[in-house]
Amino acid sequence: MLRALELRKDFGGLTVLHPTSLDLRPGEVHALMGENGAGKSTLMKVLAGLYRPDAGHIEWRGRRADFGSPHDALVAGIAMIHQELMPIPDLTVAENITLGDEPCGRFGRIDRGAQLARAKELLGELEADMDPARLMRTLTVAQTQVVEIAKALGRKADVVLMDEPTAALSDHEVAALFRAIGRLKARGVAVAYTTHKMDEVFRLADRISVLRDGRLVGTAPASELNPSRLIAMMVGRELADVFPVRATPSAEVLLEVTGLTREPAYRDVSFQVKRGEVVALAGLMGAGRTEVVSALYGLQPATSGTIRLKGRPLRVSTPQDAIAAGIGMVNEDRKGLGLIPALGVGQNITLAALRRFANGPMVDPATEAAAVTAGMKDFAIKASGPGQPITQLSGGNQQKALLARCLLTDPELIILDEPTRGIDIGAKAEIYALIQQLARSGKAVLLVSSELPEVLSLAHRIVVLRRGTVAATLDAATTDQETVLRHAMPS
Amino acid sequence: MPALDRNLLHRFGLLFVILLVGLALSLTTDTFLSVANFTNVARQVSINGILAVGVTFVLLTAGVDLSLGSVIALSGVACAMFAHPGEHSVFVPIAVGILTGAACGLVNGLLVTRGGIAPFIVTLGMMTVARGLALILSGGRPVANMSNELTSLAGDVFGVPIPVLCFAGVALVAWFFLSRFRLGRHIYAVGGNEHAARAAGIGVERVKLFAYGLCGLLTGLAGVVLAARITTGQPNAGQAYELDAIAAVVIGGTSLAGGVGTIAGTLLGVLLIGTINNGLDLLGVSSYYQAVVKGVIIVGAVWLDRQQARS
Repeated sequence: MLRALELRKDFGGLTVLHPTSLDLRPGEVHALMGENGAGKSTLMKVLAGLYRPDAGHIEWRGRRADFGSPHDALVAGIAMIHQELMPIPDLTVAENITLGDEPCGRFGRIDRGAQLARAKELLGELEADMDPARLMRTLTVAQTQVVEIAKALGRKADVVLMDEPTAALSDHEVAALFRAIGRLKARGVAVAYTTHKMDEVFRLADRISVLRDGRLVGTAPASELNPSRLIAMMVGRELADVFPVRATPSAEVLLEVTGLTREPAYRDVSFQVKRGEVVALAGLMGAGRTEVVSALYGLQPATSGTIRLKGRPLRVSTPQDAIAAGIGMVNEDRKGLGLIPALGVGQNITLAALRRFANGPMVDPATEAAAVTAGMKDFAIKASGPGQPITQLSGGNQQKALLARCLLTDPELIILDEPTRGIDIGAKAEIYALIQQLARSGKAVLLVSSELPEVLSLAHRIVVLRRGTVAATLDAATTDQETVLRHAMPS
Repeated sequence: MPALDRNLLHRFGLLFVILLVGLALSLTTDTFLSVANFTNVARQVSINGILAVGVTFVLLTAGVDLSLGSVIALSGVACAMFAHPGEHSVFVPIAVGILTGAACGLVNGLLVTRGGIAPFIVTLGMMTVARGLALILSGGRPVANMSNELTSLAGDVFGVPIPVLCFAGVALVAWFFLSRFRLGRHIYAVGGNEHAARAAGIGVERVKLFAYGLCGLLTGLAGVVLAARITTGQPNAGQAYELDAIAAVVIGGTSLAGGVGTIAGTLLGVLLIGTINNGLDLLGVSSYYQAVVKGVIIVGAVWLDRQQARS
């Protein structure tokens, strides 16, 4: 139905997608797999008319198509769910879902009733219980993602491109999405799908194409592959074990949180993190994990409770205070709270620690350049150079750049909020190794993650939050996924 | 490297437009291509140039300053009031003018950061207030009787007009500051993504306050230069100056959404507007038509530039 013929895409002299051919068939789910920066998102964006190919072309229903804009592709019947969420925060859920395709009455007047009804129906298809009249701004990341999916489904497109639609979703929402995809298949819609979650691929895909370093490694029916073969194709090598050995924590308590409260998000939260220790905050979406760590970093200070660092009470009301005290954080929301889009990779990396590359108020270009080069090498950041706009990098490379930014401030406590969301196994393994390396060098790591295998394998201790309170503190060595989940679930 | 390439293309694009306008004027008039006329253009653009450099800082933070035209008048009046012969040393009126502008800028900045009011509204308010204050202070009449020391600021040293030297100095310092100072980098970061800048430990409020304060200070300087040039403090001077300044900055490639732009671009933007003004004068185009032609060229230049940036 939709064919890519020898598509190529360059960014600033760097070929991110070598000539690649691919076809999408009606009623079939075609999974695109690959590490970060492998070219999956780029390929999808070319198919959706967001990027113009530098070579090759697209064939749509047997005829050559030239999509000049996402609008052209949409009109032709190709809808895309983007990895980066793009909600319009001050419109309602219904207005977002029907954006650009509003049900209209006479003289172009928007039919509010029909708009709400359509939104409700689409959300219903995803089994999401959400008031379509709510403002987008008030939704969680997971809910926002559900809305974005509903928006694409509402286009009644013949091809739906899904770029990591489940990155922020809970298991329940993922199951609902899969049922919706099943209905799309039955209707003869072609679905292209990227994800980093192995179990999803084999539950969902009919065919799998693997990309590596911008090249198509191969396409095969899902029935002919298994997870280990797939991983081998993706990384080009067999992966023994992505989780490195845990470091031994010292006895010295670095961070002590007592009675931290900010209603209604969380109350009376207390825990400790020792030097050399990795403590994970686990819990369901909305349990207050991000809010608690945001308080420690001064993004959204708590209203009561104490934070002690190295035994001394600490007041953090801004991230500036936190950084000065030796606390660093990599945020969950890469785009909103991380990237400075207009700056290059290099300047993004040095942003928080610019003082270290300066004589007084003046930046010293030579020391800065040296730090950037070292950082890009240490973190294996793939870019055409330090000047390349950070927005052109893949999600994993952006994340590594933000980690580099955080670590350049030389923090003793490192807060990582969903550090591996939406990034591939290779980059995940690099980040896991880095976490253990940080712990080994005597730093304390506070990890927020929704992936339980990650939590169980990386952390020494797990603090489980349930509806804003600490439900349990578990020793990772003696617990399992079921126990963590049991504590996390509201009874 | 690609970022650099695009920058070069960008700059060459504008330079190309300026050269084209210059070439056209050299062919159609016999007065354009002369040292005297070039000096004249430089003198004429220097006030808009100082304003444009100042407002570049504010636009980079994704803000805007509409009060330039009024603040320049207020600073000029304040300067002139302290510039009567034999009263004070020449440094007093200069300092008064500059500080008046800086004070207005700081008030703008405080209302934007502490008050949380949109820059458009804050500076729109300041535009009216500053104009009113200028009229109140001067009683609605030009403040005349200025000392020769001060009015000589509009003169030349070694054949170069002092206003041009001021402009050049301001542009040089601003360029150096934005490219080499931490605070300069922070300005780009705040304009590019305010929330991310805050999360990276940057004092966003302080950065914005600085941008508005500096813009006000430079407007004050421009007010002193203007007063020296017209030898009076004119409460009605500077009408719509903010629009020429903002136009120059935007022509120079600075994004109104913040985070993108250079002083070099602003410089070219100022030159283009100056050359157009000068050329239309030389060609004897009536001022009614001048306004239309100027508007069309401004939009056309930006359009051409964006086309090139896209390709």
